Amino acid sequence: MSRTAGVTRATLVKDLRLEWRSKDAINSMLFFALLVVVIFSFSFDPTAEESRRIAGGLVWVAFLFAAVVALNQTWARELRNQVLDAYRVSPAPAHSLFLAKVVGNFIFVSVLEALMTPLFVVFYNLRAIGPAYQLLVVAALGTWALVVNGTFFAAMSLRTRSREIMLPLLLFPITIPALLAMVEATSSILTGEFSAKFWIVLLAVYDVVFTTGCVLFFEIVLHGE
Amino acid sequence: MKRVFPILAILTAGLLSYGLYGALIQAPTEQTMGEVQRIFYYHVPSAWTAFCLFFVNLAASIAYLVRRNPKADALALASAEVGVVFCTVVLVTGPIWARPVWGIWWTWDLRLTLTLVLWLIYVSYLMLRRFSSSGQTPLMAAVLAVLGALDVPLVYFSIWFFRTQHPQPVVGGGGSIDPRMLHVLLVNWLAFMCFGTLVCWSRYRLEMVRRQVEETQALESLLAAGGSR
Repeated sequence: MSRTAGVTRATLVKDLRLEWRSKDAINSMLFFALLVVVIFSFSFDPTAEESRRIAGGLVWVAFLFAAVVALNQTWARELRNQVLDAYRVSPAPAHSLFLAKVVGNFIFVSVLEALMTPLFVVFYNLRAIGPAYQLLVVAALGTWALVVNGTFFAAMSLRTRSREIMLPLLLFPITIPALLAMVEATSSILTGEFSAKFWIVLLAVYDVVFTTGCVLFFEIVLHGE
Repeated sequence: MKRVFPILAILTAGLLSYGLYGALIQAPTEQTMGEVQRIFYYHVPSAWTAFCLFFVNLAASIAYLVRRNPKADALALASAEVGVVFCTVVLVTGPIWARPVWGIWWTWDLRLTLTLVLWLIYVSYLMLRRFSSSGQTPLMAAVLAVLGALDVPLVYFSIWFFRTQHPQPVVGGGGSIDPRMLHVLLVNWLAFMCFGTLVCWSRYRLEMVRRQVEETQALESLLAAGGSR
């Protein structure tokens, strides 16, 4: 167990330091999400009442697209200088590498969300009518669902031609229930019309199921045998 | 086994013709919906056949993950392809029926959405097989198939929360159906299952032959390279 934790921490620290020095992923995600927000804002031009109903969808679609930008870079970075091959021959457990990547991406996407949320509030005049603290839970569970699947399918799409396009093709169909839950939970909290409890539980179940599945299968995907 | 194939083909042709006769002439016309209801005899059997094929795909994928048997992988590929075709038939015939009866082409109802999401997952499965360049295609595809199967109950519960508009299942769901209609429906299902098995079988054999050809060619080019040295 301690070896798993050690490898996870070392990889995570390395990724965070790399990102802190280059800021590649976070910059491209931020600018991409900003573009999506602006384009949505003037193509719909909603009133405050309308935007409360549609904001859940817009926010999560923007985050989903932006996350794909970062997720595509997460393994591509390891291909340079054959780092991934070094991982394959090293005795380090595969799932600790996977967990480190997921936690790293979780941090990147969370930072993006923290920075973009004020912009959404400004552009769409948002104010939650329901209990706003639940939005934090939805954001954490939803982001985890996105990055756990995204990191896994990004590793899988390394094995394909045109891998940049393959990631969304694999990721989007599988995440439909999670995406639906995030959007519905956010909308019901913003409008205050329904309780978001069912959706939060569904998201939690989704996270548990897919974290387990991805951790179990990652070794097969990494080694391909 | 090879002798079974033509017998199955003849049986399928007979059953399909009898099923068509039953659906168009033998079955009584539905009281409120009229003639358009007859699409039911194609819509429902296609759906059941598609789900059976997806189940075969899951079983074959698990078998491949456990045993690493290339035959299981070829079966998984064949069942996924044929399943997607049947699922497409379901998604096309559904709106044709829904437009005159419900007045709308499409609605985000439980069964409709579940079928659509299944279709999307299996199309992405086929895309992965298509784009995957390395020898690990079978493994990646099997992993995706298992993850996709994990997704199905979650999709079910997420849409279950919405109102359900699709007619409740008339078979085994407490609904009532004219026994003559049920007879035609079951004949058609049997015909579609035979047809699905037949196509799946041909596709499976084609895939096995294709692999043999590839292996032989690789071997030959290897031998030629060795000989010229």
